[in-house]
Amino acid sequence: MAYIGSSVKRREDVPLLRGAGKYVGDIRRPGMVHAAILRSTRAHARVAAIDATAALALPGVVGVITAADLPGLKTIPMRTGIMEGLKRSQQTPIATDRVRYVGDPVAVVVAQDRYIAEDALELVEVVYEDLPAVTGARAAMAADAPRLHEEVPGNVPADFEVDVGDVDRAFAECDLIVEETFETQRHAAVPLETRGLVAEYDEVRDVLTMWGPTKMTHTNWRILSELSGLPQSSIHFIEPAVGGGFGARGEFYPEDFLVPFAAMHFRRPVCWIEDRSENLKATNQSREQSYRVRLGLRKDGTILAMDAAILFNMGGYTRTHGGLPVMASSAMLRGPMRIKNYHCHAYCVLTNKTPVGTYRSPGRYEANFVRERLLDMAARRLGLDPAELRRRNLIRPEEMPYDHGKHPFHYMVYDSGDLPGQLEAALGHMGYDELRQRCTAAKAEGRAMGVGIGCFVETSGIGPWEYARVEVGNNGGVVLYSGVNSVGQGIATALSQIVADEMCVSIDDVRVVHGDTAKVPFGNGSNASRCTVMGGSAAVGACRKVKDKLLALASAELEIDAGDLVLEDGRISVRGAPERSLDFAALARLALPGPALAKGLTPGIAEEDFFATDKRPFPYGVHMVAVEVDRETGMIEILDYLVMEDIGRKVNPMIVEGQMAGGLAQGIGGALLEEFVYDEDGQPQATSFMDYLMPTAMDVPPGRFISTEDFPSPNNPLGVKGAGEGGITAAGAALANAVSDALGVEVTRLPLKPGYLLELMDAAEQS
Amino acid sequence: MKPAGFEYHDPRTLSEVTALLGRLGEDARVLAGGQSLVPLMNFRLARPAHLVDLNRVAELDFLSVEGGELRIGAMTRQRVLERSEVVVSGWPLLREVTGFIGHVQIRNRGTVGGSLAHAFPSAELPVAMVTLDAAFVLQGEGGERVVAAEDFVLGTMTTVLEPGELLREVRVPAPAAGSGASFREVSRRYGDFALAGVAALVTLDRDGVVTAARLTLTGPAPTRARAAEAAVLGERPSEALFREAARRAVAGIEQDSDMHATAEYRVRACEALARRALADAAERAAASRAVG
Repeated sequence: MAYIGSSVKRREDVPLLRGAGKYVGDIRRPGMVHAAILRSTRAHARVAAIDATAALALPGVVGVITAADLPGLKTIPMRTGIMEGLKRSQQTPIATDRVRYVGDPVAVVVAQDRYIAEDALELVEVVYEDLPAVTGARAAMAADAPRLHEEVPGNVPADFEVDVGDVDRAFAECDLIVEETFETQRHAAVPLETRGLVAEYDEVRDVLTMWGPTKMTHTNWRILSELSGLPQSSIHFIEPAVGGGFGARGEFYPEDFLVPFAAMHFRRPVCWIEDRSENLKATNQSREQSYRVRLGLRKDGTILAMDAAILFNMGGYTRTHGGLPVMASSAMLRGPMRIKNYHCHAYCVLTNKTPVGTYRSPGRYEANFVRERLLDMAARRLGLDPAELRRRNLIRPEEMPYDHGKHPFHYMVYDSGDLPGQLEAALGHMGYDELRQRCTAAKAEGRAMGVGIGCFVETSGIGPWEYARVEVGNNGGVVLYSGVNSVGQGIATALSQIVADEMCVSIDDVRVVHGDTAKVPFGNGSNASRCTVMGGSAAVGACRKVKDKLLALASAELEIDAGDLVLEDGRISVRGAPERSLDFAALARLALPGPALAKGLTPGIAEEDFFATDKRPFPYGVHMVAVEVDRETGMIEILDYLVMEDIGRKVNPMIVEGQMAGGLAQGIGGALLEEFVYDEDGQPQATSFMDYLMPTAMDVPPGRFISTEDFPSPNNPLGVKGAGEGGITAAGAALANAVSDALGVEVTRLPLKPGYLLELMDAAEQS
Repeated sequence: MKPAGFEYHDPRTLSEVTALLGRLGEDARVLAGGQSLVPLMNFRLARPAHLVDLNRVAELDFLSVEGGELRIGAMTRQRVLERSEVVVSGWPLLREVTGFIGHVQIRNRGTVGGSLAHAFPSAELPVAMVTLDAAFVLQGEGGERVVAAEDFVLGTMTTVLEPGELLREVRVPAPAAGSGASFREVSRRYGDFALAGVAALVTLDRDGVVTAARLTLTGPAPTRARAAEAAVLGERPSEALFREAARRAVAGIEQDSDMHATAEYRVRACEALARRALADAAERAAASRAVG
């Protein structure tokens, strides 16, 4: 066990830092032409006519595709978060007769280069007949609201309830009921590298090759086959180097159909690279939810009941994630708290905004904000310290595994952990008691200093299965073919560590292949902090089969019972006689068809395994932050930030803590800065980085990141829990609590814009 | 995000530039550091038929002191201004405001003339130039004219520059002995556009009485707060004085609303920053008297 647990440097980094990485924008094919998408400028309109005559006449234009070129177009199916009702509002890859958000694809222009393509976009004439637009979820549910999809009356394609215990009876026994509405603003993943695809159809081989699919390569491979009618055997997807995903990049989008279609239609390799302006209108957005919640407690702070209604603003169409974010919200709103009586009614609501999907810690970031704010509001009213209120309600270690009760869509049994113990540790690391005294002293001087806590439980490692094949190559090297994807998280390094330990070889002798559908037949991709959990566990299974095969080969060759052989340092030797040994290269030669068949063995050293489970591991942790707020300008200074998370077992501590740091940076962005603002007509206002404010290195304070591995998960052979989302998930919660504490106000929405804080202060002064 | 087609001109001398601008008139835009114009062109919000590149016009790139006056060529990079020893010792306000312009990488390319001529609301350099009572030399084919910084900006991204004219040079007088200056800004991110920004220049006599004061706020155009300036003149610095001056500074001013902040917020922030900038400037003025 040399590699698991050690901070092996990321194997991906050296070539990437040297500039050797091949991203989709680096792919060049002979005769390649460039696509640009004409997108709706209207939030809601009928498309009365499209005239591309002038565009087609422009020199350098290869052609223009509209819905008229695509008869019998199917809608893009959900891959997860599926509810029957949501199928009615799925999106076709190109608008047929109606557009429902600014950015909806209307036509594709293909030209010699992107400059000409953009010139031609201006020459395509579209006649729109405007329809009234609706942007807010509550407004969209009103009786007189414009209907987005004829088949969906009320603009609610699906809703569901969670009902655990007896909420009505429990509320009747409460001493205090805190009732509040909360809003989390629309923002999104916005990876550094935008989306992009290069598609090429080889008529001789009858293979459509596409570079650029990532995250869900194998799922998208199947979806394209279903939509296009091409068999999967005639489609080859290749994942290039990827500059970030965070949930948004790599889902099946309209362009994932349009670009390969254009390549086949025009018989030319076609490149489409999303520009940032498109990215901020066309790529999945997330996080926009409205809550009305009641929390009932006894005088001593014991929570008895929670009742919530959640409106999930899903934009103009159902995308591939279906209702997943609100499913996660409704499941995880209780988070780490023992809440035995719980009711939640979740509504998916269509509006004339960009469709939504997941963003790192989908639904949980929002739910954590709501719950942790409610806890602080309750603590204030009960005269309890916020830490004390949490102490009294956190699920205790002796209650593990803890079953939150039935949820229609979400596995709810927490596997292991000591949540109160971790909170105490975090309070100690933060110097909480002293910090409280400092806040009090600062307030006496007129300075607004505060501290905020955000406790969380994350979900991770979603199944239902993952694939791995392990081979020993001719040189004795070990190759893992994995069904997970790299979105920049360092998964190849982590999987190499797992395989090297399992196979007792040097990590330098391990190679990981992923994201290539010609080399890996099955996969469930990179999402939900699942790659190490599911991909790692599948790799372990395949390695164990390969070891059996190696022992069988050695046994036949050395004429020694396999039980008397040992595998160490990349070779198999006879127990007690180490000089009698075979290295992996020698064993690979023995596995060649000639010698293997002669000995009655199956040739080759290649074994597949699937790791299948519906049980998810639940990492858990605490965010704690100290802030000072300028009471006159509403500007927030972060003084100290601590994230603690237990992830069962750390394969690579450096990568784990890197995930926490990166997650926190995004969490701070979501809490303070990032917001997709739309005007009343549904026109997006933040369509460049001038207005969509991503945090830069200058805005992110040095955080303290402590990852622990005190409670391995019993749900997989490695004991790991996913580590990708703890850094972001309670950032909105903790920062909102700290600011509320500093100013003596109650924050009920994000982001914490300076003007909003002044409004809260004004309201507090008046009351 | 690719610009529409344009014709590119690459002059080497100022006379070539003015000849080109004279001939091309309103169809031409000059390219300085490109930190604002290039994004506008990539969004096709600006579509000049002709782009006249100033980057190889060496005579526009200078920084010198003549007769006690700082002279800044329009093509002087913001980073050069920020790092100049002469500027640090004689015009520290310029160094202070320049540090708020974007990030180092942006200031390496961005120019003094570009920022001033672009006249973006919330830009830092215009506010500083008004506070320092700078003069702008505008050059056309037919000759030059000199305009006070305060009179240069007409409104949001509009200046007194005529078609065919170029901002050639900025002349900044040396602040009087016993002066101190300060710039305060709030922005949503480090290096971002200011939600509110205030520059103050305060001069004290040997007795510590304010003999001169200039206070300028960001807004649709840089706004001098004359009522505030008048309020502090002849007074001794105090918290109460600056509080009152700041109140007067924002009385009746106009600010814009956008998705980042309302006009009301900007007014309130300007008031807080005006008080702080005045206090800061007065403290620095007193310190300079103590040293001098």
